[in-house]
Amino acid sequence: MITTDICIIGAGPVGLFTVFEAGLLKMRCHLIDALPQVGGQLSEIYPQKPIYDIPGYPEVKAQDLVDNLMKQIEPFNPTFSLGERVDHLTKQDDGSYVVTTSDKTKVHAQVIVIAGGLGCFEPRKPVLENLENFEGKGITYMVKDPEQFRGKKVILAGGGDSALDWTIFLSDVAEKVTLVHRNETFRGAPDSAAKVFDLANNGKIDLILSSNLTKISGNGHLQSVTMKNKAKEELVVDTDYLIPLFGLSPKLGPIADWGLNIDKNAIEVDTTDYSTNVERIYAVGDINTYENKLKLILCGFHEAALMCHSAFKYVYPDQKLSFKYTTVNGVNSF
Amino acid sequence: MVTFEVEDHDGNRQSIEAPDDMGLSLMEVLKASEYPVLATCGGMALCATCHVEVLEGKDGLGEATDVELDQLEALPEMFDTSRLACQIRISEELEGAVFKLRGEEN
Repeated sequence: MITTDICIIGAGPVGLFTVFEAGLLKMRCHLIDALPQVGGQLSEIYPQKPIYDIPGYPEVKAQDLVDNLMKQIEPFNPTFSLGERVDHLTKQDDGSYVVTTSDKTKVHAQVIVIAGGLGCFEPRKPVLENLENFEGKGITYMVKDPEQFRGKKVILAGGGDSALDWTIFLSDVAEKVTLVHRNETFRGAPDSAAKVFDLANNGKIDLILSSNLTKISGNGHLQSVTMKNKAKEELVVDTDYLIPLFGLSPKLGPIADWGLNIDKNAIEVDTTDYSTNVERIYAVGDINTYENKLKLILCGFHEAALMCHSAFKYVYPDQKLSFKYTTVNGVNSF
Repeated sequence: MVTFEVEDHDGNRQSIEAPDDMGLSLMEVLKASEYPVLATCGGMALCATCHVEVLEGKDGLGEATDVELDQLEALPEMFDTSRLACQIRISEELEGAVFKLRGEEN
């Protein structure tokens, strides 16, 4: 079990800066993020986009800001669990919490800070009747272990880079690969699209274009997928697996079940310290909501500073917090 | 000012009046009008959560850019009349148009 003072859920810019503010008060931090790298939206969605409203930076690229934040928190030696989603939160008798992730990592912390931005990025699902009944029983939204599909019949759906890349890869692994796409052309990488057309022309895969998924069937496990083309003609294809690859969308995930007051997918907080309605749980950055909330990185930074000063009383219940300016003795003296 | 209609996820239509001289996007007007538009990326055509279907008035909108089409094509559901609200500028061409919300609700 990992033991820390503050467990930060979300390693985006605000989560990272929370480490700095906590570090100034001698509080240790462990960060958890569902994405495999730090930086949140900035690194995942728009690393090369310039940002113009960070004080002191007339212009900074999103990834450069993340890199600088990592450098800024280096002196405080934070620890990370990346590529793991927070699943459970268990309150301990002394008021502290144990967080359990999707990979069963356990983190014991005095304080929980949710800096989850937009939430976890989860797969977009096709609108199909009984979809949930076949999830894990033939329907999967990502390829974690390609060997799972060796010698199996696999249908992939989608027209983006993921669908193209996995179609190419699985054509050498699966017994039969079918790619279904609603259009006649692909907007993914031209090289990948050309490879997919070559595989289809050489009979290595089945390519079904201008068609949409309409029905899934099976007896306990997925057995067939029905699709319909633009002429409304139906085609039923037998399969062991269906992998819909329609991109990711942010969702609050298990956090929604923690008893927090939530309004429109955001966590309600007290603006005096950004605490939630649950003691020792704070929410900072884009994931919180309050009157006149502005979803700006710099607002998240401010929230992180106030939050850390409030959290101090849980980490050091016997100490009085005395505020210090970093300009006096620098960071290392804290 | 320009007036157009918006149909929500439940099929209710409402007339919206918006200024056509402020450089606003349809996404910004929808959010300001309290529609539950997620608009995750804030208008950069990076998330497709502001997906709308243009029921009437498509001709006045011009063609979608490649960036917009890339996002739309990644969705499980796309129509010939699909657009991203963040990529539609409020202009007089929108007069009388009808948009149906298709994106994920906030």
